[in-house]
Amino acid sequence: MVPLSGYLTLSAILFTIGVIGVIIKRNPIVVFMCIELMLNAVNLTFLAFARYHPAPLAHDLAGRTEVYLAGQMYVVFVMAVAAAEVAVGLGIIMAIFRLRKKVDVDDMNILRG
Amino acid sequence: MTSDLFVFWTLAVISVFTGVAVIATKSAIRSALALVVNFFILAMFYFLLGSQLLGIVQIFVYLGAIMVLFLFCIMLLRVGHAEQLTETGGLKLAGAGALSFAFLALLMSQVLEPVSRTANLPDPQSVHAGVSTVEAVGAGLFTRWAFPFEVTSVLLLVGIVGSILLAKRRV
Repeated sequence: MVPLSGYLTLSAILFTIGVIGVIIKRNPIVVFMCIELMLNAVNLTFLAFARYHPAPLAHDLAGRTEVYLAGQMYVVFVMAVAAAEVAVGLGIIMAIFRLRKKVDVDDMNILRG
Repeated sequence: MTSDLFVFWTLAVISVFTGVAVIATKSAIRSALALVVNFFILAMFYFLLGSQLLGIVQIFVYLGAIMVLFLFCIMLLRVGHAEQLTETGGLKLAGAGALSFAFLALLMSQVLEPVSRTANLPDPQSVHAGVSTVEAVGAGLFTRWAFPFEVTSVLLLVGIVGSILLAKRRV
């Protein structure tokens, strides 16, 4: 059986790759991709813990197993938030591109105080 | 090495490799394609972890919707050219690498050590035996997690309206 630490290590490595990408990349679309990578790494952690450390709750419905699904529920909501975030974020990038004719994260300082 | 360990390590190596490829390639298109492979491998991990519904949803939502949106946006903006956005300096790269490595070390030292100390894990097979995850997730969404489910629908509505508002040239 695959140990839980295997999944957690993989998830930590993927998250760190996402962090590096967010720091070093200058293309905002690639920065968004790295954020998606980080979200997916967290999803993998949620599912690994949901599988290996299922949290039994006191009030389950008719003794069924949906009480063990808290991790999967979080993943469902994270996916919904990620989808909304990508739609709005890419819309913002398109708007900036229309305004500035180029997209470079290092040049985006119009909100600087 | 048992078969599931073999599958896990094979998929893990592909996953890390494509994850590195996302940030190592100059071209945004190649990053997107590497990310597509990475998300597909992650869906395989979800299957391995016994949540078939989320594996399918991962393929539908991430590969079918989000990555297509990314590729569409890249082609529309034509920011995939390598010469347009080359990375600046080795100093930033070295700093980012050092910081991220420290972050990874911190994370692993804080998380893995307690996890490896916990004994007598429940057998995953017995926990999930005889449960269709589609049925269970659906039942959970409409009973216990009904409120977050409704809040998510409002969030998605805000996302739709916001993206239309941003995409319109003149409101």
